[in-house]
Amino acid sequence: MAKIRGSIVVNVEKCKGCEVCMVTCPTGTIAMAKEVNGKGYNYAFPANPELCIGCANCAMVCPDGVITVYKTKI
Amino acid sequence: MVEFSGIKEIIKPENLVYKKTRIMTENILSYCPGCGHGTAHRILAEIIDEEGLQSEAIGVSPVGCSVFMYNYLDIDWQEAAHGRAPAVATAIKRLLPDKFVFTYQGDGDLAAIGTAETIHSCNRGENILIIFINNGIYGMTGGQMAPTTLPGMKSSTSPYGRDVKTMGYPLKITDIVATLPGSYYVTRQSVHTAANVKKTKKAIRKAVHYQKLNKGTCLIEIVSNCPSGWKMTPVQSNKWMEENMFPYYPLGDLKTPQE
Repeated sequence: MAKIRGSIVVNVEKCKGCEVCMVTCPTGTIAMAKEVNGKGYNYAFPANPELCIGCANCAMVCPDGVITVYKTKI
Repeated sequence: MVEFSGIKEIIKPENLVYKKTRIMTENILSYCPGCGHGTAHRILAEIIDEEGLQSEAIGVSPVGCSVFMYNYLDIDWQEAAHGRAPAVATAIKRLLPDKFVFTYQGDGDLAAIGTAETIHSCNRGENILIIFINNGIYGMTGGQMAPTTLPGMKSSTSPYGRDVKTMGYPLKITDIVATLPGSYYVTRQSVHTAANVKKTKKAIRKAVHYQKLNKGTCLIEIVSNCPSGWKMTPVQSNKWMEENMFPYYPLGDLKTPQE
């Protein structure tokens, strides 16, 4: 069976660190960074990128639209 | 632009699944972290993009948190006085009947100061779409009690909780509008999970199609959160909304067209 792999790109400077994407991610790909961005928010980033399935749930619930999602079959 | 990305090999244009629509401008939204306004804006922008309405859409922005909405969506806009957005939208739609005219209002704007405008424009059956964000509080001015505040809910002007004996009951204005003969499609949705975002998007798409038929007013209520006004984290506020707001404001269609 073909495996589906995804990847996300986070626009760090626009992220406000609300954690909504982290909670909605079904595979636990996203975590909040210990570092802060220019506005002082702990931004979201793909901590476990190999788990991503490209479902785009995170991008759909992100209020600031900072996440771009890519998906492919391997 | 500083970015943080996952596996680099997958990031190719042909693998793109989801990207912020071009209708949304690059301006940083003025909303608090986790606010449902941003998601609602994006869904609306996606519909405008997918239906090819960028040159036809005219929005009427309210007074409230979303007062600067004209900075975020790259379409034509008109700012209205507090609560008067449906009246302004009525005039625009009557003068330019081929355009897609919508208003975007919060609960302080639509259900408090603008109650008369809302009810009468829906009763006249104006061919506009009203998007109503209900978070049960006056978010912009510091979390005061709104007509939609739940019984017992604490706000800065009801610090011991809303007492229905002296402050009255929450106003379900969407239910009132659904009983009016002029309204065509009335629904209540939310944007806090991916599934609800999809449902809301479907509802807005339906409303856009119904407006082309010129049959009456469409009203979409989006039950939303206010992390700052409710004094919670965004994730807590979404949970609180599910537990407390949804029993009082149940999601679903209140009036669907009878074909």
